[in-house]
Amino acid sequence: MQQTRMVEIAVGFFMACGFAALFVLAMKVSNIASIGDNDGYAITADFDNIGGLKVRAPVTIGGVRIGRVINIGFDEHTYQAIVTLKIENQYQKLPTDSTASIFTAGLLGEQYVSLEPGGADTYLKDGDRVKLTQSALVMEQLIGRFLFQKASEGNEK
Amino acid sequence: MLDAMIDWLQGLGRKALSIFERLGRAHLFLWRVMTGLPQAFARPGLVVAQLYSVGVLSMVIIVVSGLTVGMVLGLQMYNTLSDFGSEESLGQVVALTLVRELGPVVAALLFSGRAGSALTAEIGLMKATEQLAGMEMMAVDPLKRVVVPRFVAGFIAMPLLAAIFSAVGVMGGYFVGVGLLGVDGGSFWSTMQSRVDWHEDVLNGIIKSVAFGFVATWIAVFEGFDALPTSEGVSRATTRTVVHTALAVLGLDFILTALMFGVD
Repeated sequence: MQQTRMVEIAVGFFMACGFAALFVLAMKVSNIASIGDNDGYAITADFDNIGGLKVRAPVTIGGVRIGRVINIGFDEHTYQAIVTLKIENQYQKLPTDSTASIFTAGLLGEQYVSLEPGGADTYLKDGDRVKLTQSALVMEQLIGRFLFQKASEGNEK
Repeated sequence: MLDAMIDWLQGLGRKALSIFERLGRAHLFLWRVMTGLPQAFARPGLVVAQLYSVGVLSMVIIVVSGLTVGMVLGLQMYNTLSDFGSEESLGQVVALTLVRELGPVVAALLFSGRAGSALTAEIGLMKATEQLAGMEMMAVDPLKRVVVPRFVAGFIAMPLLAAIFSAVGVMGGYFVGVGLLGVDGGSFWSTMQSRVDWHEDVLNGIIKSVAFGFVATWIAVFEGFDALPTSEGVSRATTRTVVHTALAVLGLDFILTALMFGVD
């Protein structure tokens, strides 16, 4: 009887360790803790070019994360990319004339959406559209422009 | 000349047929185990006893190898990452490697070496010493009494062992990266949490370990049950368990990885 008890205690310990490990993987290692912040309001922004922006990329103001990109679509009529941003509920006072830009974190880092607050008295609500946007900088375009400029400088001399 | 060729063809055909025969037997065996599964819930004591020998006794090797693998990963990745000046992503690299690949795969390989071989040897020896035949004489189905509890125990234990392996490995990486090499602890965890997705990475890793647990236990109990009832037969079956499990797990890992991460 004592033997069975010890075996059962050991198995219980093993199961507890296994579930604790799963718990650690869920809470400490992965981002499940931040999955809960689904409650928020969605605003959209149209960009000419979103570069390498991906769904779940962060949305920041002044470097502070206030939400994330939840959807990227394409408008067939305007030929623009429609990016849907979910802003957390605690940030309610974003002026309607804010500017949305796509920046890159570091030289080779991931791209994110940065909001630059405007001065309007009215605030963005669920479903609103950010009208002022600035597209992502595409490295090839930059280099191409730079080379073109160099070439034209050379012609002038 | 022609005779030799026909002989060769016959040999090839015989080999192929015996392989297919074994595969067929393995699937019929699996089907019989599956139909016997309700039996495991009727007598949970048997499963608990098997969980002890399959799970609890495997824990030491899983924890020790998880820790060392995590520490080595931390050390190696640090050296490479510091070339690019991005030591902070150490946490993310270590966690992704462990959760996606190394955790399930290495845990499955260790599991087959530690527990699978023991399952095969035990069942094979029971067969060789005619214990299984004895059970049948007493109208006890050896499949339900012996095989099903072991199958269920292995199936339950393997994902838990893989999770323990990954979690301990991350701790090992933390210990080396933050404790010894001086990576910032906060950014170690924050880059990890920002990049490791619960659904994409952790859940897929768990699905992998469940699949590996299924395959590893299936091979182990089948090889034992199908072993020639001699000492040599049991020894061969034990070897086959480890070899076939390793091949199956690695092959399956590639397929699962391609399905999970290959297509966006």
